[in-house]
Amino acid sequence: MKYLDEFHDPAVARGLFDEIARTVTQPWAIMEVCGGQTHSIIRNGIDQLLPDQIELIHGPGCPVCVTPLEMIDRALAIAARPDVVFCSFGDMLRVPGSHRDLFSVKARGGDVRVVYSPLDAVELAEADPDRQVVFFGVGFETTAPANAMAVVQARQRGLDNFSMLVSHVLVPPAIDALMSSGTSRVDAFLAAGHVCTVMGTAEYEPLAARHEVPIVVTGFEPLDVLDGIRRSILQLEAGRSEVENAYPRAVRPEGNPAARRMLDDVYEVCDRQWRGIGLIPRSGWQLAPDYAAFDAALRFDVGELAVDEPDECRAGEVLQGLVKPDECSCFGTACTPRTPMGAPMVSSEGACAAYYQYRRVEVRSDG
Amino acid sequence: MADGNRGAVEIEGWTCPMPLRDQERIVLGHGGGGQLSAELIEHLFLPAFGAAASEATPTDAAVLGLAVDGGGRLAFTTDSYVVQPLFFPGGNIGELAVHGTVNDLAMSGARPLALSTAFVLEEGLELEVLGRVATAMGRAAEQAGVQLVTGDTKVVERGHGDGLFVTTAGIGVVPPGVDLAPGRIRPGDAIIVSGEIGLHGVAVLSVREGLEFGTELRSDSAPLHGLVAAMLDVCPDIHALRDCTRGGLGASLCELARTAGVGVEFHEPSVPVPEAVRSACGFLGLDPLHIANEGKLVAFVPADAADEVVAAMRGHEAGTGAVHIGIAVDEHHGTVVARTALGATRVIDLPLGEQLPRIC
Repeated sequence: MKYLDEFHDPAVARGLFDEIARTVTQPWAIMEVCGGQTHSIIRNGIDQLLPDQIELIHGPGCPVCVTPLEMIDRALAIAARPDVVFCSFGDMLRVPGSHRDLFSVKARGGDVRVVYSPLDAVELAEADPDRQVVFFGVGFETTAPANAMAVVQARQRGLDNFSMLVSHVLVPPAIDALMSSGTSRVDAFLAAGHVCTVMGTAEYEPLAARHEVPIVVTGFEPLDVLDGIRRSILQLEAGRSEVENAYPRAVRPEGNPAARRMLDDVYEVCDRQWRGIGLIPRSGWQLAPDYAAFDAALRFDVGELAVDEPDECRAGEVLQGLVKPDECSCFGTACTPRTPMGAPMVSSEGACAAYYQYRRVEVRSDG
Repeated sequence: MADGNRGAVEIEGWTCPMPLRDQERIVLGHGGGGQLSAELIEHLFLPAFGAAASEATPTDAAVLGLAVDGGGRLAFTTDSYVVQPLFFPGGNIGELAVHGTVNDLAMSGARPLALSTAFVLEEGLELEVLGRVATAMGRAAEQAGVQLVTGDTKVVERGHGDGLFVTTAGIGVVPPGVDLAPGRIRPGDAIIVSGEIGLHGVAVLSVREGLEFGTELRSDSAPLHGLVAAMLDVCPDIHALRDCTRGGLGASLCELARTAGVGVEFHEPSVPVPEAVRSACGFLGLDPLHIANEGKLVAFVPADAADEVVAAMRGHEAGTGAVHIGIAVDEHHGTVVARTALGATRVIDLPLGEQLPRIC
């Protein structure tokens, strides 16, 4: 992989910062939707270098953060079964459920494995037909095609010991819900580039028009993020509210048609709970009826789950951009990456963890 | 107390992390060399050992108050090696077991003399594999100029070990006049790293089951005592050294900042990161600052000696890429701050357990 340095060039960054500073005339709040963008902003200190009028609001786009607690508890219950090999991406393993996390399940003898691709879980199932292999299929539209491919392959190979616990979430309904909430302060969105690599940009057009909000499809390297901010400010200052593609090297307007066909085949849209936010209608994907045989939630009856969310945690408001992580009274004291109370403190993409990781000096001197 | 679980990063690297508060059992993160490991030492081992551990120090090797013929003091360390796979590009568990313990001694300024070797073997292990590991150890020890003087072998039932674990302990002599300790770090000290970071961790990841990816990278596993001797030759007053193993350069800086009670500031773009490491970290969502090395050190040296030390390091084969990256400061004590390429700042934290690959 090349072309990394090009998107970190300090001289080009300086030019973008300067243009942003010259253009902005009044306060604007821009939400970066994706946790990967939050990470890039905080890690590189982009927000420190922007004019004071520009506020970045960190959005709900971290799949670890928004996976509902009920789903985490269900995953923990399935993973604890002696007949199950439970496979997950790495950063789901330390997400706190009501009482424990997947690491605790593993330390108590559960067979919990980190995989790097859902297809690895299919291979495991094929290699070990006597065990039930379950893959935790979380994420936004970005991870959905590979997860869908796992189910398709499991069917092609005739595997009856593979299933997936699906908790996919979708970006456009979340933007719609935020803008319709009445409490949103967001003036423009940086849409998640890799989501659009899969899905294309068309579904954002009605959102930009209905809510009169610029939506700039943005990448993840520092210069990508800066260019997204620059284009947002240019639109805002000119009174425009359009969908703009600032990530053309990865995003085509039509997205990835082959992936989208498979997604249409494997999933169906459903209502989805977002942790800390609540139920958003038609904001998730679940396995379509044709693939229900691979649904781990149906295959494993784990009984009633007593879901228990800590009251003090303000993750919900953080995820909606209503408070900054360090405005929560638990931040850095009761709640740290070592002892997370809410999911945004867990993943490196989570806004609370990003603040904790990179901002404590500043936070300390303020407090 | 010596850093007792080197190499765990490669194995557990991906599966442990930061569990919930009040763990009742050992989780993989306790072996990760981060905060959980430190808590285990502080809250379990030291209290349990009681008065018997009153001399224990949070450094790579203990320097004992024992007189040695010809002057100097005796240094002592031990380390276990549990890397998987056993063979990886640029090295194997046997070489690591020699280099790692030699390097722990070297970080105290000691000239390594002798190592012990203890093997825990799993029933069913091919003798050919054990032979290759042992041969590698012999060759590495010979090249490093240390003797393998005693050892032990145990076998556990199949399924109760991961092929083979090695523990080495080592002794060496710290020359008169050399005193390397985090407590000697002073504000104003120059911070020097001995070369490109992230090679070992990425090389091992590239051959891990389920994650194979093509790379030309090879582990940087190498003995560092020769480099340290060259540095001490030009500046006997070097304040502290740390080899950047588990947790990477970032963890080394954090530990030294905390132990010394100083702040650390460094210029992130000055840290040498090979493009292949940067790329691998980019697509795995990892930070090169927290990737393990097995042949790199970071040094805190008096500012006026910095140029001379860097020059001496570059003249040694283990330090050709040495760079002055930062400075110890008398503010934000115990905290490490990086200045980013864009001119902003960020805090570098001690990892809790290990980094986890991101979902997307």
